[in-house]
Formats: sequence, C-alpha cells, structure tokens
Amino acid sequence: MAIEVRIPTILRSYTGGAKVVEGAGETLGDLLTDLDSRHAGLKARLVTDAGALHRFVNVYVNDEDVRFLGALDAKLNDGDSVTILPAVAGGAFGFAAAAALAGGRRVAVAR
Amino acid sequence: MLSIDRSIVAAIVAHARRDHPDEACGVVAGPAGSDTPTRHIPMDNAARSMTFYEFDSMEQLRVWREMDDRDEEPVVIYHSHTATEAYPSRTDISFAGEPGAHYLLVSTREPDTEEIRSFRIVDGVVTEEPVRIVDAAVDPHAVQSYMFGQSPATVDYECSGR
Repeated sequence: MAIEVRIPTILRSYTGGAKVVEGAGETLGDLLTDLDSRHAGLKARLVTDAGALHRFVNVYVNDEDVRFLGALDAKLNDGDSVTILPAVAGGAFGFAAAAALAGGRRVAVAR
Repeated sequence: MLSIDRSIVAAIVAHARRDHPDEACGVVAGPAGSDTPTRHIPMDNAARSMTFYEFDSMEQLRVWREMDDRDEEPVVIYHSHTATEAYPSRTDISFAGEPGAHYLLVSTREPDTEEIRSFRIVDGVVTEEPVRIVDAAVDPHAVQSYMFGQSPATVDYECSGR
C-alpha cells in the first residue's frame, strides 16, 4: 500500500532532494522503517535512540498531529498522506527547565 | 544579510510588545527562492511562556501548507526574548530546523527600545548577519530614473521647464 510522505527541506538530503516520497506500513513506525531502507539515515532523524518520536519534528497523518494518534503506533491506511515538518520552538530558557515549569509540553499545548 | 521592509519590522515589534512579557513568535513568508520576506504571519505561542515559545502544531501545518500552495517559503522565523538579549539560546539552536530561514530575534527587555538581530542557524552553527531595513514606498529601480534625486513622492522630471 502506498502512502505519500512529504519531506521538509532539512531532511531532503536523505531523499536525493525529493520533496515527496512514497512508502508503506501498517503504522507510522513501520512506514519510517520502510523509508529508511531506501533513504538510509532518515529514521534516525525522526526517532530517538529510546524509540520515541523526536521532539524536534512534527509528523501528521492527513490533518492530524500523530502525537494525538499514538505517535509511532499511529495506524496508517492506503492513500494516507504523511507530512513531516520541523517543530518550530525555542526561547530564552533551556527547554528542560521550561518544560518542568510548564508541567510538560503536551499539557501546555492542550490548554 | 536580511533585507526586510520597515512596515514588516514594525508589525513584528508590535506583536512582540503586545505579547510581552510572554515570548511572541511568527513567520514572514516570501516567494520561494527570492530571499525576500513579504507576508507577515503572527503565530500563537502554544507554550504561552516568558521563556519558551512553540508554534501550535496544527496552526503550523495550516500555515506551511498555505505557503506551499502559494509557492512560498518561510524566509524569516522570528521570536522575542523578553528579559534577555536578542541572541539565539541553546534551545533555539537545537530546534532550528529551517536551514534557509533568517532567524530574527527581537528583545523587548527595554521598554522604549527594541534590539533586533538576525541569524543563520545551520547544523547547530550560528552566524549573525546584518539587517537592512528597506522602505517599500521607495522603489529602488524607480529612484534611479530621477535624474536630480528628487523624492519619488513628488514626481519631478529632468526638464520640467521651471
């Protein structure tokens, strides 16, 4: 099954400059493993050593942020469109300290 | 160097002042490949914090798609520091994921003046660049045709007969 994946500028070095690639998988994790077989190194930029989705990227399935769909366990269907964007964040203070003050990132975002 | 229109800088500063003491953030889109920021898009700071900013992921998806549809790219990504200087923090550097963007920082720590600085952040390396503020009202190409350097606001030709 084919899933269209939109690649951000910063990761196009892994796709030979391609903005859109295709892959397959039952879940987002499977899809990224499949993509990594043709675009070696891509997965490591998206998934941490601990096996979680990296904090520096946002991944969407169709119009949903995968963090609300089970992250790497998010189920995929034929014809889905996956979009990867660099998360835009920062600030004067260290993230760890800011997250501690905010009581965790997703709590702050959910408002 | 970042060349940016005076009215856009004024809008960014107004946004930063409005959200102070929280950090404000946003984008200035421009035609892909032009390196010219033309469309100011203030974004919500989903973190609503004095020391941290974060685009709302759903708003970002909408804005990035819109840029894609219009054949634009994020030429400038800006945010404010409200109690410290306008220089990228370690957090800013670790998150910087748009290698083609100018990272504009505005410090609003002084009540009467703003510090505005621009940086390239590529592979964790920060390079400051000059900011040139330009006036859109003055078309640089049109000015060249005014032989006596008259203000373009008052059209005077070379041989006006006066």
